[in-house]
Amino acid sequence: MAFASDNIVEINGLTFRRSGRAIYDNVTIHIPRGKVTAIMGPSGTGKTTLLRLIGAQLKPDAGDIIVDGHSIPSLSRSDLFKVRRKMGMLFQSGALFTDLSVYENVAFPLRVHTQLPEAMIRDVVLMKLHAVGLRGARDLMPSELSGGMSRRVALARAIALDPMMIMYDEPFVGQDPIAMGVLVQLIRLLNDALNLTSIVVSHDVHEAASIADYIYVVGDASVLGHGAPDELMNSTDDRIKQFMKGLPDGPVPYHYPAQDYRQDLLMGEVL
Amino acid sequence: MVRMRTVEISVGVFMLAGIFALILLALRVSGLSIQTAQTTYHVHAFFDHIGGLKVRSKVAISGVNVGKVVSISYDKTEMRAKVVMEIDSQVNNIPTDSTAAILTSGLLGEQYIGITLGGEEKTLQEGGEIWNTQPAQILEDLIGKFLQQSVKEVE
Amino acid sequence: MKRQRLDLMTSFITFLRRLGQSGIMRVESIGRSGVFLLLAIFGRSGFGSRYQLLLQQLYSIGVLSLVIISVSGLFIGMVLGLQGYNILVTYGSEEAVGQMVALTLLRELGPVVTALLYAGRAGSALTAEIGLMKVTEQLSSMEMIGVDPLKRIVAPRFWAGFISMPLLAAIFSVIGIYGGAMVSVDWLGIYEGSFWSNMQQSVNFADDVCNGVIKSLVFGFVVTWIAVFQGYDTMPTSEGISRATTRTVVYSSLAVLGLDFILTAVMFGEL
Repeated sequence: MAFASDNIVEINGLTFRRSGRAIYDNVTIHIPRGKVTAIMGPSGTGKTTLLRLIGAQLKPDAGDIIVDGHSIPSLSRSDLFKVRRKMGMLFQSGALFTDLSVYENVAFPLRVHTQLPEAMIRDVVLMKLHAVGLRGARDLMPSELSGGMSRRVALARAIALDPMMIMYDEPFVGQDPIAMGVLVQLIRLLNDALNLTSIVVSHDVHEAASIADYIYVVGDASVLGHGAPDELMNSTDDRIKQFMKGLPDGPVPYHYPAQDYRQDLLMGEVL
Repeated sequence: MVRMRTVEISVGVFMLAGIFALILLALRVSGLSIQTAQTTYHVHAFFDHIGGLKVRSKVAISGVNVGKVVSISYDKTEMRAKVVMEIDSQVNNIPTDSTAAILTSGLLGEQYIGITLGGEEKTLQEGGEIWNTQPAQILEDLIGKFLQQSVKEVE
Repeated sequence: MKRQRLDLMTSFITFLRRLGQSGIMRVESIGRSGVFLLLAIFGRSGFGSRYQLLLQQLYSIGVLSLVIISVSGLFIGMVLGLQGYNILVTYGSEEAVGQMVALTLLRELGPVVTALLYAGRAGSALTAEIGLMKVTEQLSSMEMIGVDPLKRIVAPRFWAGFISMPLLAAIFSVIGIYGGAMVSVDWLGIYEGSFWSNMQQSVNFADDVCNGVIKSLVFGFVVTWIAVFQGYDTMPTSEGISRATTRTVVYSSLAVLGLDFILTAVMFGEL
């Protein structure tokens, strides 16, 4: 298993269905340690679902998910919470606890999982907030922050316990160019400075391609292709080309699956 | 931390108010006295008819409450209603030949057991029986008797 | 003709299927809520500031409901005094108004009206709060930080509701009785001594006061359970929250009234 040390997350033969529809069908994804890996694909293909599967908030119907040597689906509830401490996750909305201040939000994981004295917690919190450039905002409440700022606070909270990997759920959605630039830079910087592994789920091709070391393109319940950003940009596969270049129609159909158009219209006369 | 203190204080006040309300309900509203550890003893009596007597109906001597009815059942061997009463231990000198009657408080009030004391020296003990009983007066019977009497007078 | 009959058959079968589906979903939801309750109550917290969390919830559930409970208690007591007097005076037994007010409040109106008001005031707030936490992914992010939201969010709210309800009901009854006394003694001129002595003679501590407390404990348990479960089980959309809030009020009101009948039958019906 020399393999295992290279990949922090190994997803093998994953199948997941939601109300009968297959979101993933026998998918295999390996996430290399210490790199920034982007999971890309059209909206509605279940990219966020993948992160929830890795975080074990959902259970797969078949297949195995191995995170740092632990098989996630077979862990007990209490073991699961131990493994989750090693993962940080940045949610789309930031998901700050609205009844706590910025400072307390970042301090929350430390208070829960460590017995550090208050002075130490203060130092760690200020260090993490400084890293995301919001040391001055520590006394604000989450409702007083802009979208970009609350995402940065959430990032500071996610790295509070120095996890071995961080999962970003659509970090670029709904951000102005400045906030986007800040986030792109932060993800790359944190990854290298803290020696993390980053998984970025996104459909913003350019931002993701600019920071990712490796990209998986998912769609149609399976992996359409994977490789370094340059390789994928120049891919000859129609489906990947369609996504990377942003073409409206192609192998990923423009139409949601439906019965024959002509027949559907004719049905109206029968009724 | 000022906010936390007001929260703590108001929760404290709330708890106190709630407990105070419960105590008030116990003492002021239900008239519970502190020395409630009253002991009781049971006696029973057989009645031809119990009328509207119920479990928890009161048992009174000279109109003063001394206990309550704890069970009412039909006794197969006696072929009458058996009423078990719980009487305060303080009232421990009821003669065995006392009379238990089912009475009505007021014209339409509840029914209760009134005990009229006898003259025997022996007193009732736990599990004792009151032999002399008067059944409940049934309104229909009374009216019937009254009618019969008036018919006779007319004749 | 044949085709029409076939259509009728299939639509009937579809109807049966829908019925079955919704039945299975109901049962599933009841089962889920049971598991949820067990996990919330009996899970070890392993969390230092449990006392603080409970305190905070006692404040927002108990203390903040105090005003509505007191005001409604006062008015209901006054109305009972007035109505009772008007009815009893025709039988010349207006002295029994104290007995009537006290018994009505202790046995029925105290626990029931408190529970209904509580469902509307605190229950709906609980559902909306937890539902909003779910929509904004706060629950998920708490899970990913390695804290069980059932213990951190749900358990303190549940216990706070359970503790608050009997206290609120007792306060309601006391204020109601004094309201009734105010109307009938001070206003309608019933002799004060007979008002209270009649009440004390007919109210039995074990039968009336304790049974009332038991009722309100049961109602507190059920209403809080419904409220937190509906919040936790919300569909994560804004429509989902509004529906869950409505469901909380409707379900808990029905549950309170239904249970009240059953409890009354067991306690006072001499079954």
